[in-house]
Amino acid sequence: MSFLEVKDLKIHFPTDDGLVKSVDGLTFDLERGKTLGIVGESGSGKSVTSLGILGLHKGGRARISGEIWLDGEELNGASAEHVRGLRGKKMAMIFQDPLSSMHPYYTVGHQIIEAYRIHNDVSKQVARKHAIDMLGRVGIPEPARRVDSYPHEFSGGMRQRAMIAMALSCDPELLIADEPTTALDVTVQAQILDLMVDLQREFNSALIIITHDLGVVAELSDDILVMYGGKCIEYGPADSIFYRPEHPYTWGLLGSMPRLDREPTERLLPIKGSPPSLINVPPGCAFHPRCPYAERTQGKAETEVPALTETEGGHLVRCHMSRDERRGLWENEIKPVLETQ
Amino acid sequence: MTEPNYASEPLLSVQDMEKHFPVTKGLLKRQVGAVKAVDGISFDVFKGETLGLVGESGCGKSTTGRLVTRLLEPTAGKVVFEGQDITHMSQGRLRPLRRDMQMIFQDPYSSLNPRHTVGAIVGAPFRIQGVQTENGIKKAVQDILSLVGLNPEHYNRYPHEFSGGQRQRIGIARTLALKPKLIIADEPVSALDVSIQAQVVNLLEDLQNELDLTYVVIAHDLSVVRHISDRVAVMYLGKIVEIADRKRLYSSPMHPYTNALLSAVPVPDPKARKGRERIRLAGDVPSPLNPPPACRFHTRCWKAQEICKTVEPPLGEVASGHRVACHFPENAVETPAATAAAEQS
Amino acid sequence: MLTYIIRRLIGALAMLIVVSMVTFGIFFVVPQWAGATPEALASRYVGRAATPETVHLVAERLGFYDPVVVQYGRFVKGIFTGAQYDYGAGVEQCPAPCFGYSFISGQPVWPDLVDRMPVTFSLAIGAAILWVLGGVAIGVLSALRRGSFFDRLSMGTALAGVSLPIFFTGMVSLVIFSYGLGWTPPGGAYTPLAENPALWAYDLLLPWITLAFLFAATYARLTRAGMLETMGEDYIRTARAKGLKEREVIVKHGLRAALTPILTLFGIDFGLLIGGAVLTETTYTLPGLGQYAILAIRNQDLPQVMGVVLVAALFVVVASLVVDLLYAVVDPRVRLS
Repeated sequence: MSFLEVKDLKIHFPTDDGLVKSVDGLTFDLERGKTLGIVGESGSGKSVTSLGILGLHKGGRARISGEIWLDGEELNGASAEHVRGLRGKKMAMIFQDPLSSMHPYYTVGHQIIEAYRIHNDVSKQVARKHAIDMLGRVGIPEPARRVDSYPHEFSGGMRQRAMIAMALSCDPELLIADEPTTALDVTVQAQILDLMVDLQREFNSALIIITHDLGVVAELSDDILVMYGGKCIEYGPADSIFYRPEHPYTWGLLGSMPRLDREPTERLLPIKGSPPSLINVPPGCAFHPRCPYAERTQGKAETEVPALTETEGGHLVRCHMSRDERRGLWENEIKPVLETQ
Repeated sequence: MTEPNYASEPLLSVQDMEKHFPVTKGLLKRQVGAVKAVDGISFDVFKGETLGLVGESGCGKSTTGRLVTRLLEPTAGKVVFEGQDITHMSQGRLRPLRRDMQMIFQDPYSSLNPRHTVGAIVGAPFRIQGVQTENGIKKAVQDILSLVGLNPEHYNRYPHEFSGGQRQRIGIARTLALKPKLIIADEPVSALDVSIQAQVVNLLEDLQNELDLTYVVIAHDLSVVRHISDRVAVMYLGKIVEIADRKRLYSSPMHPYTNALLSAVPVPDPKARKGRERIRLAGDVPSPLNPPPACRFHTRCWKAQEICKTVEPPLGEVASGHRVACHFPENAVETPAATAAAEQS
Repeated sequence: MLTYIIRRLIGALAMLIVVSMVTFGIFFVVPQWAGATPEALASRYVGRAATPETVHLVAERLGFYDPVVVQYGRFVKGIFTGAQYDYGAGVEQCPAPCFGYSFISGQPVWPDLVDRMPVTFSLAIGAAILWVLGGVAIGVLSALRRGSFFDRLSMGTALAGVSLPIFFTGMVSLVIFSYGLGWTPPGGAYTPLAENPALWAYDLLLPWITLAFLFAATYARLTRAGMLETMGEDYIRTARAKGLKEREVIVKHGLRAALTPILTLFGIDFGLLIGGAVLTETTYTLPGLGQYAILAIRNQDLPQVMGVVLVAALFVVVASLVVDLLYAVVDPRVRLS
């Protein structure tokens, strides 16, 4: 059994306008020391997934089903109090906007000390030493002085470092980072990504990184999971996803990105239309209204949800087209356009 | 594709433009300093081209956009648009010029009035400027809506009925209403999803070709800027540190900061991360309230010498059309091979 | 931080000067514009029996013929250094702070005000404790159980509390609890705290509850709105992700932030109230500053009005000053700007 196993996770929210299926049957696993990248656009359900694993939807209006196994222990059926005890200690999270994610009225040190003392029965002095130590480890200069600063006195990069220090203060074995660098400048983003790689190596933790940026994912991930409309549409090892993607949506994402590592193309190849709202996910394959190959399925795309099937070692695709058809399209139509020009 | 005309007079010329925001302190609000948001920058924009302006937060790129369109008044320097000095022109005299110079904003949510219909929003420029249209404003607005890829029948809908990408199209339609010559786009795609970004980037390019537009695109995303621009200026703490045509800038960047920026961009290629040597810049961008003396980049630069702390490097032309403000530029020695490679690509 | 304090202090002082000028203007100058002669004012002091000559003489000695600015200056000087009043029949020494003499009783105003302050203070402080604790607690519970029966009930009651005037709720509760059930004393009872604390609280219980009901309603609604907003903040999610117990998330992270705007409102409300809880004091006939103000206005006793208005203004200004300073303590971001 893997360190983290998520099986058929569903997180649905009943609203006045109908049932919002934010996450609709998600399955994946992750080992210690490995990184999973979850990619998706707004409303794909990627952030809801992370909060669901931490049990942060419990007690709300959300209907959660499925299994979440962390280190041999099932969390979805466990009591809220038990999951709370694991939160911050065994699994921790880093959020997108470090300014709004830290309490403006408390010092950075206070917030790290609080996180540490929830799970460790130590005096304030000991916790403070630990906080200073953690700030130093994430690369904040003069940690003994900065520990008493307020979040607004830090720069954006420093704040995200402090958030990381707080998340790592109890040595979590699972770390989930939700768009950890989206709010940061590119040179600072590079620093934070480097820091996360170094710390993951040091702590040997399992890392889930959630982002819309394929570059960030490629930089860090061992495995990649692409989400669309609350479902996983493609999942597999990073190399396989980047070099042999088989889902038209993944192709669309790759074609939409201008890339610095290639010669500039005349035109980008965007996906038509907009991502669906989760309240109104199209029937059948959620991607079919935007898919240029939908008519190849003889109407199946509009009525039937395609199954997630394995195409090669650990590489799963949710598409009605046959494996040979997809591979043919990639090799002959998509890849040449993306790589040359 | 329309080719920029570099031989003629520039459409927009900015000379030694500065914008200092005063910082006051104490009881009497004495001025104790200034945030040097833009501190002496010069550049030309030629008809038909796209100039990209890149830099990290606090580099002054957005302020530059606001100065050029005179939403802000420069503290010093000169802004010349179509041969007319508009630096200190009154709002009344600027009004007719505003037809020729429009701005696209980042946030498609907050820049559209939620209580107005799309027709009213896109038609507003006609009414404000008192422009007569051949078949009435409604027809003109509907033509523009279809031009930006929106359904003209959605004339009576409100902004909240549209998705983020469509809203940005509405914003673009509004700027196009009066057939401007110059469009300043401040982070036009950064609030949009990846797949929508590409749609809007393509739209901007198509419109440029069809309507013979000139763009200044302000963005922090280096790949988007490379894709859309003919020439690119890199800003750091209120100064332009490097400006060149895009091929040169991206294939043989000279300023260490440009190099660092380019190497910091994550590349969607898992194998690249192993082979690539990334330049790691230490620390954050210093505060523009108290920028480092001389070369502003010296505090984070791995090549910095004594001279960088004492003498400010001028933005000098190192090769044709390639100007860089650095005492020790990278890729400085021109080898025939490098030039050939740059031209070939 | 020091500049911040000094700037606020200067602002507070300027505010007081403006208030005193306006009040002085209204109560001393406006009657003269309306046709009241200096003699008419002076006759208030010497009585109706005096001859016109005496009245004229007194008016002259009291400076009623002087320009307004001089009169105002003399009034302000009196507050700080005391004043001498020459009624012709001898000189009265009015020690600082001198707000003059009542037209009606002929007594100096200031000692009267000092006598009445403890009543108003007792009323305001007791009610404030009740309404802050009650309002905030109900607001927090309502926010956490949004849409529940408790939420609807308490918000409905709060709406009633905001819309029903004090003299109505006060009268109704007097009728029920004092005259009907006989649980509380009827209006007019007041025992100083130093004399008998138990009786002091017993006498004030009904006024406290009536006054607190009005304010608690506002505070409950405000707390509820504030809590709903802060509990949706990103930092609340962070606190939960740390594994913090829900109660601590609510109190230490949610309530702490939601209370800041309530602090501002409290400062102003409390400041206004200690300057005279007019309606409550009138309804329960409590001898406080509010009742004093009503009597002074009814009797057109201008020196008394001046005194009570200025004292009330001072309390409001001081309270908002204290709030501004507390704000800087509560919210570290204020300290910078």
